[in-house]
Amino acid sequence: MNIKEAKYIKNPENRTCGIKVTLEDNRILQVPRSLENSDYAEILKQVKAGTLTIKAAD
Amino acid sequence: MSKASELANLIGNINAGGGGVNRNVIINGAMNVAQKGTSHTGLGGSTGAVYTLDRWHTYDSATAGRATVTQDSSAPSGFANSLKVDCTTADTSIAAGEIFLLAQRIEGQNLQAFAKGTSDAKPFTLSFYAKANASKTYVAELYDVDNSRHVGKTFTVGTSWARHEITFPADTTGAFGDDNARSLDVSIWLHGGSTFTGGTLGTTWQAEDADDRAAGIGSFFDSTSNTFFITGVQLEVGQNPTEFEHEPISQTEIKCFRYTQRLPHRDNSSGSGYANITTMGRNDGTTLHTGGIMLPVVMRTDATMTSSGSFRVHHPSAATAVTGLAIDDNFSTAGNLGINATVSSGLTAGHGSQLEQNNDPDAHILLSAEL
Repeated sequence: MNIKEAKYIKNPENRTCGIKVTLEDNRILQVPRSLENSDYAEILKQVKAGTLTIKAAD
Repeated sequence: MSKASELANLIGNINAGGGGVNRNVIINGAMNVAQKGTSHTGLGGSTGAVYTLDRWHTYDSATAGRATVTQDSSAPSGFANSLKVDCTTADTSIAAGEIFLLAQRIEGQNLQAFAKGTSDAKPFTLSFYAKANASKTYVAELYDVDNSRHVGKTFTVGTSWARHEITFPADTTGAFGDDNARSLDVSIWLHGGSTFTGGTLGTTWQAEDADDRAAGIGSFFDSTSNTFFITGVQLEVGQNPTEFEHEPISQTEIKCFRYTQRLPHRDNSSGSGYANITTMGRNDGTTLHTGGIMLPVVMRTDATMTSSGSFRVHHPSAATAVTGLAIDDNFSTAGNLGINATVSSGLTAGHGSQLEQNNDPDAHILLSAEL
């Protein structure tokens, strides 16, 4: 998964509610923070490898 | 295959712990379901896994070649569809690390009947129908993700539909996890660089040795004339191939929904373009709809959401165009989706509302819980 940007999103209660991922081809994924979700697992893998930082929510 | 041979094979597999209904661990082997669309272009490069027809993905690494995957009506007798791979950009200078394959990933809890990693381990038999524009040799591989082990065999595809039956030996080493994680990849290697082709094909189960994984294959990317068609894919317990297990489309769809769901599941029959997405929700302020979707089939895990097209929030006496959609994982599970839809203004807090298409019959949300 070629990620251009990953950013936390917050809900109306100001609680983090997922990660908005923009891919290199500009497709946007809304990824839940579930360890069994393969996209979230890939995000964590890239963060651990130091190749991705998840930005804070706006 | 004669009826007598078919019966003998089925009995042999039943005696080996397989056979019967639901013997095929491949989902959508007849290529009938295509929730993500029937045409997927620009496959190749270094994208990794790209899902095409339901449960089927291509996997690429470092290829200059490109391909298109479509659901095609060309099929052998008894089938209506196949998956077609079409080379659109050739790649005749193959770098060592190039990969292009077609595969399906399977959960470990669906593989326990193979008893892999035990003294009672069973053989695997893979069968499928295939054809191509010209004769070419490819590799069919089983890759045990839990234990990094693999086994593969070559097959040669011709220009007419032919059934290929490949039996892989039992493996007493390395059990599949009994969980919802990825345990087995069933792959057709269509193209590979020397990192994967430079050794000797591992035709019995072995610990991962990359250059033994696809030795002996031709390259799908050596000409833009190349095509590869496949359907009727079946993987079953036992040493004998049996006829493809046809099933009702409703059963195939339910199996596919565990991994992918397109909402709405069908186009609105009137064509009006206002199908409901959420059927229960409320306005949580003047610019926000908060809604929930109970999914008809529990998915493998909490799903990733993508959206396409125009939506609106339908609230008392009015409808307002949506400017943004977001998942809310605090309210989502594998069986339901919490979703927040933002509009520019005009909602009344506390009013009931629902999310629907905005005069756009193709607008949809796609949920993916793929492996």
